[in-house]
Amino acid sequence: MSTPIDYLLHLADNAVVLGQRNAEWCGHGPILEEDMALANVSLDLIGQARLLYQRAAELMGGDATEDKLAYFRGPHEFRNYTLLELPHHGPLVGYAAADRDYATTIVRNFLYSALMVHVWDGLQQSADPSLAAIAAKSLKETSYHLHHARDWLVRMGDGTEESHARAQAAVNHLMPYTEEFWTTSPAEGAAVAAKVAIDVWALRPAWDALVNDALAEATLTRPNFHGYITEGKIGLHSEHLSYLLGEMQGLARAHPGATW
Amino acid sequence: MSSVVDKVWATLEPLTDPEIPVVTLRELGILRDVRETPTGLEVVITPTYSGCPAMGQIEDDVRASLEQAGIAARVITQLAPAWTTDWMSDEAKEKLRAYGIAPPHRTCGSGAGEVSVMKFVRRQPTEPVACPQCGSTHTVVTSEFGSTACKALYKCLDCQEPFDYFKPY
Repeated sequence: MSTPIDYLLHLADNAVVLGQRNAEWCGHGPILEEDMALANVSLDLIGQARLLYQRAAELMGGDATEDKLAYFRGPHEFRNYTLLELPHHGPLVGYAAADRDYATTIVRNFLYSALMVHVWDGLQQSADPSLAAIAAKSLKETSYHLHHARDWLVRMGDGTEESHARAQAAVNHLMPYTEEFWTTSPAEGAAVAAKVAIDVWALRPAWDALVNDALAEATLTRPNFHGYITEGKIGLHSEHLSYLLGEMQGLARAHPGATW
Repeated sequence: MSSVVDKVWATLEPLTDPEIPVVTLRELGILRDVRETPTGLEVVITPTYSGCPAMGQIEDDVRASLEQAGIAARVITQLAPAWTTDWMSDEAKEKLRAYGIAPPHRTCGSGAGEVSVMKFVRRQPTEPVACPQCGSTHTVVTSEFGSTACKALYKCLDCQEPFDYFKPY
């Protein structure tokens, strides 16, 4: 049983977009150890994306390659959660310049890793052996990312007045975007129907428990949410994705086929 | 085992990890299998971390060694079962320690179904990591992430030496 290509692209785009975002900290980390930590997390995420793009390219056949999937698709073809493309600061227009905020980075990594440990754990039993193999590797890495992000979440939330305020602001800003996790896109529906993926809705209680436990330990409050649910995973993105892809894809598009 | 398979193992035996030149690819569990198939010889390798930049170098090294020995074989990258540091031999762990890298503890579980993700929810008191220089277990983690994807940074509180810990994976 092979996985629907759109579902592989959803998983791959999540990994590559967050990998690219977190890599922005490379050389700019708040402390040297965290600079290395974020670069390592990005390395894992981009590695996961490569495995998934390679599998998608294999299924697509023809002249599809992992590089074409990463560098030569436009924003509307990307299937990542909107959460992952947001800049490392609070809500501002796409062209706004603002300092990166490490609390935003950590809260996002926490919310996403807390979901993905459950997704990868479930996908280890996928009817597609290729996807199950990628999931088994990714679970080990994502567990470590979760560990790292949860540690910092608690340290910031239960830290100084300023670190607490920043962590709470990041939770308030980002939590609404996690509603997108629980809607089913056509690609996810097709993958569940083909028995290669798990129904993400079933993971919600486990995710909630993990998030609530960490927020409580971090002395942070979980905001209530009523409003618009983002739809990045069906290709309807915020303005931020185009800026991110502009940077990520610029070199490959200016010099197609270049090697070094 | 046929003589040609033996010859491949012997040819590849000197190959070491590009980042950690004291342990061989076989000892690390990256070199998984050499087999004869109806369509020719196959050498099976498995990646460590998904994004480990050394994997490209490792594959190139394997191909170059085979070519130099005049052996025609395909190099296959296989993901499952997922690589784990539990495959590392005691001998390899001792070599790591002598090189200045604290070897990995055993993982709590590996392979499909055994890993309980909930164990990552809260930090568990972990087995102390012994300093590879003086052997003291009076050590502290300074960073969860180190110079390569597979290592974390530690410091010995007795001899004051910083050191790498090979993370259990």
